[in-house]
Amino acid sequence: MSGSSPRLFLRHNALPLLAAAIFALMFGLYLALQPNGIRTDVLVTAANKGVLLALIASAQTLPVLTGGIDLSVGAIVVLCNCLASTLLSGTPTQIAFGVAATLCGGLAAGMVNALAVVVGRLQPIIATLATSTMFYGVSLLLRPNPGGDIDDDFASALTGAVGGVPVSLLLLLAIVLLLWLPFRRSLTGRGLYAVGSSEASAYMSGVKVARAKACAYVGAGLLSGFAGLLLTLVAESAQASAIQAGDLTLNSIAAVVIGGTSLFGGVGGIVGSILGAFILRTIGDLLFVLSAPPLWQPMFQGLILLGAVSFSALPTLRARNRLETYR
Amino acid sequence: MSGAGPGLAMRPPGGAGGAGAARSMLRRLDPPLLVASACIVAILLGGSLYNSLFLSPHYLVQQLQVASFLGIVAAGAMLVILLGHIDLSVPWTLTAGAMLATGLAGSSLGGLAAIPIAVAVGAAIGLVNGLGVAFLRIPSMIFTLGVNAVLQGLMVLYTGGSAPPSSAVPVVRWLAGGRVLPGIPNAILVWALVGVFMILLLRATPFGRTVYAIGNRERAAYLSGMPVKRVVCLSFMLAGSASALAGLLLTGYAGKAFQGMGDTYLLPAIAAVVLGGTSIVGGRGSYAGTIIGTILIVLLQSMLAVMQMPDAGRQIIYGVVIFSMLLLYGRSRSGQA
Repeated sequence: MSGSSPRLFLRHNALPLLAAAIFALMFGLYLALQPNGIRTDVLVTAANKGVLLALIASAQTLPVLTGGIDLSVGAIVVLCNCLASTLLSGTPTQIAFGVAATLCGGLAAGMVNALAVVVGRLQPIIATLATSTMFYGVSLLLRPNPGGDIDDDFASALTGAVGGVPVSLLLLLAIVLLLWLPFRRSLTGRGLYAVGSSEASAYMSGVKVARAKACAYVGAGLLSGFAGLLLTLVAESAQASAIQAGDLTLNSIAAVVIGGTSLFGGVGGIVGSILGAFILRTIGDLLFVLSAPPLWQPMFQGLILLGAVSFSALPTLRARNRLETYR
Repeated sequence: MSGAGPGLAMRPPGGAGGAGAARSMLRRLDPPLLVASACIVAILLGGSLYNSLFLSPHYLVQQLQVASFLGIVAAGAMLVILLGHIDLSVPWTLTAGAMLATGLAGSSLGGLAAIPIAVAVGAAIGLVNGLGVAFLRIPSMIFTLGVNAVLQGLMVLYTGGSAPPSSAVPVVRWLAGGRVLPGIPNAILVWALVGVFMILLLRATPFGRTVYAIGNRERAAYLSGMPVKRVVCLSFMLAGSASALAGLLLTGYAGKAFQGMGDTYLLPAIAAVVLGGTSIVGGRGSYAGTIIGTILIVLLQSMLAVMQMPDAGRQIIYGVVIFSMLLLYGRSRSGQA
């Protein structure tokens, strides 16, 4: 698949490589500017925030690759956050059960979306908008008041560092190496790309369209579950907040676009989205270091999203045939 | 296109038409409209068993008043959905319209300037949306989501992060809550005006025909020489104006503009449009259906509130109801590309 010749590899991965370069540049600038110097705790804080967004962006990537979208990823993260905040305490067995239950919660939410889109044949955008209301309702049920009881040792172990390397980063690496790469090489994983490129052609070629789509939404639920878990460990509390859910969804889409995944489906991948998430996070950190007024932050987020999508739309302005730009 | 008009047939109840006429009228009605109307009757009857208040004229008029804000937002949302696009910038377009119009209106003539300001603000936001969608060809869902975030940022800057101090101007208070006709709040009349405008626009103008054509197949519309980009832009501008106008009216009802006043309008507006029989992929639907969808949504919300359901349960039931009604008839038909 990838990298039989270096030139082909470069051409296939131009956007993720560009994203990586931009991230390296920006993160270097951040490290140089921030006042505490390069210390492990600075890296750990940056990594935890970055990995959180990276997980949500990865979740968003899967439905986007099929040409759909999941507007409920933020709500699933909040749901799993609320779920985890009631379960992550007590004996190690109980904590392990809590982790498993949280991930299952994300998985279940993803299955609801998959059922709606695949079996119910609803438009992904409207279906996930409706399910996100349900997920928010369940979050309120689980946690009417902000708070939570999380085992301190467990939280600091997973949000700390091992030998100078942030644990959350290792977790992300494990997810990419053990879940994403094998999945991408599998029949269903390649089906995901085929469905996104052209659903009709994929169907005609014998790709199991329904299975690929279902996997995308269930996978999005699972990855959102991981994100919810990490959010719980970082914040050590939970709050059923619709605003936070909306913010997370918005940022996930921005990260996916910045990472070079096409919103029309079929092109891109999780690695790009992770880099996109890191870039987005670093922009926020840079704004903070450069002491931009905090009130400007929401507007920057929106402008960055608009800038990224407009940039990715530039090729359509050069379309040779006007007709090609119409559906 | 077949479903473009049947909603108007809803208005005069058939009465003494005979069986044949009744059957032909039934055939002309969309199943979604029948289901939605049946749900409205079911909610009212079910509610009246719980509390006799549900059938009192006072309650019904009050619900229509609440529905008028949503109905105006849904008018704009519907126009965009008919094109096969979607406008996710509704929440902050509504809030921006309300905040800027109330803040900049001044006091001359009871703040009459607020109305054109709101419409202009909405149109300007819609123009940005339309340019991004029609010319840059960015998926409307993403572009409007980004515009929504930028608007939120701008409004946070404008108000300094807290609720703006200025309260609703007198003209708008009168428009939202006053009564020209005895017993009927003016907001309902405003909604009726918007409704007549929408129905005429969609059914009796080349613009309306073009909207349906674009929703059915954009390429064909372009090849037929229709001004596709201009119509898309204009539709987004009208949608923005509708949201901003609804926001302004809402300030008259609530007393002032506040952060997050638009958050509760996005999903209900889209749901009202879809439950009213408009296809979410565009090209099919009538504003009469959207009116029925709006009333249905408002009654549903009201019933959940009257039953004193806690917020969590309310959100879940609300989501489940919309979800199951979508499953009933919001599905994309196989064979529809």
